[in-house]
Amino acid sequence: MTAYLAKRLAIAAITLALASVVVFAMLEIVPGDPARVMLGMNASETQVAQLRQQMGLDGGPVQRYLHWAGNLLSLDFGRSYTYSVPVIDLVTERLAVSLPLALIALALSTAIAIPVGLYAASRRGKTGDVISMGAAQLGVAVPNFWFALLLVYLFAVWLRWLPAGGFPGWGAGIWPALKALLLPALALALPQAAILARVTRSALVDVLSEDYIRTARAKGMPWRRVLWGHALRNALIPVVTIMGLQFAFLLAGTIIIENVFYLPGLGRLIFQAITQRDLIVVESVVMLLVATVIAVNLIVDLSYALVDPRLRSRA
Amino acid sequence: MSLLEIENLSLSIGAVPVLSDVDLSVEQGEIVALVGESGSGKSMTALTVMQLLPHAARTSGRVLLDGTNLLEASEEHMCTLRGDDIGMVFQEPMTALNPLKTIGEQVAEGIRWHTRASRAEAEERTRRILDRVGLPEAKFPLSRYPHELSGGQRQRVVIAIACALKPRLLIADEPTTALDVVLQAQVLDLLRDLVAENRMGLLLISHDLAVVADMADRITILRNGQVMEDGEAAQVLSVRTHPYTRQLAQASTHVPEIRAAAAHNTLDSPQAPLLVVQNLTRDYPGRRLSLLRRGAPTRAVDDVSFSIAPGRSVALVGRSGCGKSTLARMILALDRPTAGEIRFRGETLTGRSEAELKPARRDMQVVFQDPYGSFDPRQKVVKLVTEPLHLLEKPPTGTERRDMAAAALAEVGLGSDALEKYPHEFSGGQRQRISIARAIITRPRLVVADEPVSALDVSIRAQILDLFADLNARLGIAYLFITHDLTVARAITDEVMVMEEGRIVERGLTHAVLDDPQSGAARELVSAAPDLKRALERRLREQG
Repeated sequence: MTAYLAKRLAIAAITLALASVVVFAMLEIVPGDPARVMLGMNASETQVAQLRQQMGLDGGPVQRYLHWAGNLLSLDFGRSYTYSVPVIDLVTERLAVSLPLALIALALSTAIAIPVGLYAASRRGKTGDVISMGAAQLGVAVPNFWFALLLVYLFAVWLRWLPAGGFPGWGAGIWPALKALLLPALALALPQAAILARVTRSALVDVLSEDYIRTARAKGMPWRRVLWGHALRNALIPVVTIMGLQFAFLLAGTIIIENVFYLPGLGRLIFQAITQRDLIVVESVVMLLVATVIAVNLIVDLSYALVDPRLRSRA
Repeated sequence: MSLLEIENLSLSIGAVPVLSDVDLSVEQGEIVALVGESGSGKSMTALTVMQLLPHAARTSGRVLLDGTNLLEASEEHMCTLRGDDIGMVFQEPMTALNPLKTIGEQVAEGIRWHTRASRAEAEERTRRILDRVGLPEAKFPLSRYPHELSGGQRQRVVIAIACALKPRLLIADEPTTALDVVLQAQVLDLLRDLVAENRMGLLLISHDLAVVADMADRITILRNGQVMEDGEAAQVLSVRTHPYTRQLAQASTHVPEIRAAAAHNTLDSPQAPLLVVQNLTRDYPGRRLSLLRRGAPTRAVDDVSFSIAPGRSVALVGRSGCGKSTLARMILALDRPTAGEIRFRGETLTGRSEAELKPARRDMQVVFQDPYGSFDPRQKVVKLVTEPLHLLEKPPTGTERRDMAAAALAEVGLGSDALEKYPHEFSGGQRQRISIARAIITRPRLVVADEPVSALDVSIRAQILDLFADLNARLGIAYLFITHDLTVARAITDEVMVMEEGRIVERGLTHAVLDDPQSGAARELVSAAPDLKRALERRLREQG
């Protein structure tokens, strides 16, 4: 197990290092002078030179890369040009919205998808299967902002249970903040749940035709216990893989939902930074997302080993 | 009243009839064998008793267990019977256990469910039954996972699960087909003892007449879902009134006529050897224990030397895991030896590049065990059979390729209409013919065959053995037959090499080695191998 862990950690570290080279190189490839690009045509040469120095653009590429990567390691992401604050402050502020949002959405989508997948798989080919997979098909097809609008209409306009948008901040208390995140999380979760339910169903259908399911039934185990006790855990590996991919999407791919609900999240930050050519922010947020994806993949890999004893002993 | 009474059982799945009017009974303490070839409905009969049939299955007739008709029993009622009153052992031990649960959990689960015993109590009973099936806790703690056990050990766990609650009826569906002969003998002994101890009824499903002759009190022979003959086992198998029984019995001890006539009585050949293997060794690196430490390497093949003369047919026999397949892979240059040398037609193969190996590959082809898994299902037969032709000096053109494929198919008894078909359109025996056609299309001088008939029914097996013998006689192809089945070795080979723990421990003319084995390994194999004639003689002697 320790060997498996060490191997996975090493792979994660190497991936992160390579990704940082790619992100840095992208900035190098941007045509023209990044400082000039950021400041626009009307900026004076002095301003450009100042920004160049501030961004560490003087010196050779290797030296600049090492300087930049070193700063990243000490969590020094530099200063945002447009916001005039350290990028780290900007990012932590936005993560306080995006991270809980992503986690709630993931929890909701899992809570919906796994029971639906189990139900559909155990009623394979029957009406219940057809109906739930039809609903899942719809969930995949309908864009999440449409769900968002429907949810706002139902819960905010009509029932008046939850706010229609905005974020009061965690300072306003946990409950009001959570209430503000609930509808966007649900809107994000529904399409994800639809995908996950389909994956769960197909993984379970495969597992249910395995010999050891027959052995469990020959033991006299009732269907429900066979499904939960034997089949589900064996079907988890593809499900966990998809969940890992979804989390990365939920963290940053939420620009539209954040706009619908007026949430100051990471997605909006990156969108604004791109339109305002705030390359320092873009670069930092992209690195942060890359690191998150790698970390989530690491967790997914480790959970494989937790689920499957063969991986524990083989590695 | 019998323990199990099957009356007029008919079964269809969708529109396909599987069983029609099957009658069968099992008394307490009795072993009844259900025999037939694949597709005859044996397993479906067992699954009907367990009520584990596919959803589309429709049944009629009666299946009485102690007077209760199982066909009318509710699923809840069946759950109380399965695992408690009826236990079942399956064919494939490698996949019959849940890979994510320990063996202790898997045995205890049924005990707890049926007896409502406490965790500790169930564990105690689990320990006892695992000990009884030959997995003592000192060597096989309950915390072991299935992948840490061998096939034979896993089958013991499956038997422990089935017998944990001393069921009144045990159903064993080909319980030893996936095991080597020595393990087979051990598992059959275990089943026999458990039946005697607990006065269980055993319904033994098998395709192997020799096993059945040895084990069963009564026998029912099934063909295409219909009972052909039933009665006292030794009686049915020795008198052979029914033509189908006779056909099965003859096929299972079949020796190709060409071979029976030919004399291959000397070990030494005047010709220069075709294949020479010298001091061949293969080590596999040990399991990683920590980041920097590895366990000791495993020696799969240990200092093996032998040679094969042109046109000779040589068997390589041994228990599973003895290194047979590793040795074959090295000869086929699919795996690199750790040490030693392989010479084929006088040229060294070891350490050569793929390009340098090309002429050797042309003269050396392979036939695998599983005729279902060894073809790309999306390619037509013409493409599959002509695959090795790129090895020729001058790769043939389109029409030449077709002609060569048709000729190779004719050689193995298939018409040229097969060229445009896909593998799934053929039966198992026909597919094995196609893989033989693929092997001989380059006119090789050596064919390595890895258990080429063990996945086939006895009558098909007899035909394929005839084909091998015929090709050997007509085309002078030498064979290296890897098998654990001594009947096959006897039927088709001139010489036998017995392998044990990576070494060749005995070598000689086939009949000499099998009639009078010298080494421990060979004696073990010979005495464990089921033999129809011997079993029948013993049974008839016992009955007077």
